[in-house]
Amino acid sequence: MILDFGIVFGRVAFVMMFILNLGGLLTWVERKQSAIMQDRIGANRASILGFRVMGLFHPLADAIKMLTKEDFLPARADRFLFQFAPFVSVFFGLAAFASIPFGDTLRVGDRVIPLQAITLNVGVLYVFAMLSLGVYGVMMAGWSSANNYALLGGQRAAALMITAEIAIGASIMGVVMWYGSLDLQDIVRAQGGLLFGWIPKWGIVTQPLAFILFLTAGIAATKRIPFDMPEGESEIIGYFVEYSGMKFGMFAMADFLETVVVAGLTTSLFLGGWQVPYLYDTGVRFPWGTTVALPNVVVALLQVGSFSFKIVVMIFIMMLIRWTLPRFRYDQAMRLGWLGLFPLSILNIVLTGAVLLAWGSRP
Amino acid sequence: MKVAQRFYLREVLSGLVLTGHHFFANMGKHIAHALGRTGARGAVTIQYPEERRPYSPRLRSLHRLVRREDGSPRCVACMMCETVCPARCIYIVADEHPNPEIEKMPSRFDIDLGKCVFCGFCVEACPEDAIRMDTGILEFSSYSRGGMIYTKEMLLALEPAGPDGVPRSPVPIPADRTV
Repeated sequence: MILDFGIVFGRVAFVMMFILNLGGLLTWVERKQSAIMQDRIGANRASILGFRVMGLFHPLADAIKMLTKEDFLPARADRFLFQFAPFVSVFFGLAAFASIPFGDTLRVGDRVIPLQAITLNVGVLYVFAMLSLGVYGVMMAGWSSANNYALLGGQRAAALMITAEIAIGASIMGVVMWYGSLDLQDIVRAQGGLLFGWIPKWGIVTQPLAFILFLTAGIAATKRIPFDMPEGESEIIGYFVEYSGMKFGMFAMADFLETVVVAGLTTSLFLGGWQVPYLYDTGVRFPWGTTVALPNVVVALLQVGSFSFKIVVMIFIMMLIRWTLPRFRYDQAMRLGWLGLFPLSILNIVLTGAVLLAWGSRP
Repeated sequence: MKVAQRFYLREVLSGLVLTGHHFFANMGKHIAHALGRTGARGAVTIQYPEERRPYSPRLRSLHRLVRREDGSPRCVACMMCETVCPARCIYIVADEHPNPEIEKMPSRFDIDLGKCVFCGFCVEACPEDAIRMDTGILEFSSYSRGGMIYTKEMLLALEPAGPDGVPRSPVPIPADRTV
């Protein structure tokens, strides 16, 4: 009984640590990656006892700075909602990752431990719901600040979220139709199969259009450039204009957490999640027939490593997009969402349905 | 707009290829440097306080007063620089020179660098080539206005910059500079 509780706690703690550390590290990744892309060196001055470690102490320095800054409360702000909003944002960013599987199963003795924080048979809907609830923090922040620019930012966040969510939901539908499940673990397991005997049946192979649509809408859901409508530093300052100190830091953190969640969801739906090509429960089986038997622990470790690697690659691509593209104007983002992504997602559903019908069964 | 351009994705991909190429090329150079290879650097950054780019020899930097062989200022307190100075930042008090062959010398020669606009008119106006702006020193900020006033002794102690533009004398610190 206590052991069961401990195992559940361990699973949740692993996911929590994974996403929190990754989210914190993203400030460093963002600085360094943008610097290297632009022929610069990037932040490297924060040092502890003379050690700089490629600027890895900068997130720490940021945290100290934000914790020691004045925590400003506007005079006409709604006291409760103003202080509550950043926590809502961060909470849903963290909670969204819970049903994303980071491995298949780990067998210890006669115990079978699912490598997933919570096993849900509607995992896709859960992540989707948590992602959309995150926007409530932003809207609360915008409204409670008693500032017109913040209110505008909050409204834009709501509009952008609806735009992005419709496209996300519609593009996920193609994947759900193809793999026939709403359980993320089932979807990832189904991606372990092989197409024509040698191509891994990952979502990016079976649903290429959905992948592009989902990634675009997912980046929009993270509220970062090129879709930084709610912030819009050049026109309105955005929903966090009245925030300072760590509360501002939490909004920035929420954006990074959402980046990790979108990367994790993309990995699970389109890049085979924890799947390693040709690696099965019992070991490696190459398409030409060679087999290498591996113990379950090694397989589980390989799967977790594969999942982490894919997430890091996805985050790299999302950062690359963020530091390459100029921001969309508000109307351009709306046009892209409603007249580009949404109809294409519907087209993708129709195409997927037609293919499934023609094939007679799922290939 | 052409259809290909309206279809934003292709342009996005070409942009990503460009920035991604920059990233991986620079990353490779950084790694090669970390492994001890020499060659092209991955960044164009000059890490300023430790690394400096050489200044031009024509740079107008902190003033200095040129010395005679006996160490006294070459300045004869003619007040040309004080007169021509558009910022009125030079203050000279003239005095008799012990040598009867030389008419005058400054007993005080203060430059308020807080007012100086670094136009170089004083250097051009000087008939004795007694003031120059070739020390190569640019970092003389201060937390107080008094800390920006440089006296005759401080200006006399300065040396011209080396051929590479690197200052050869330390930054003088006025007596009432707080930091």
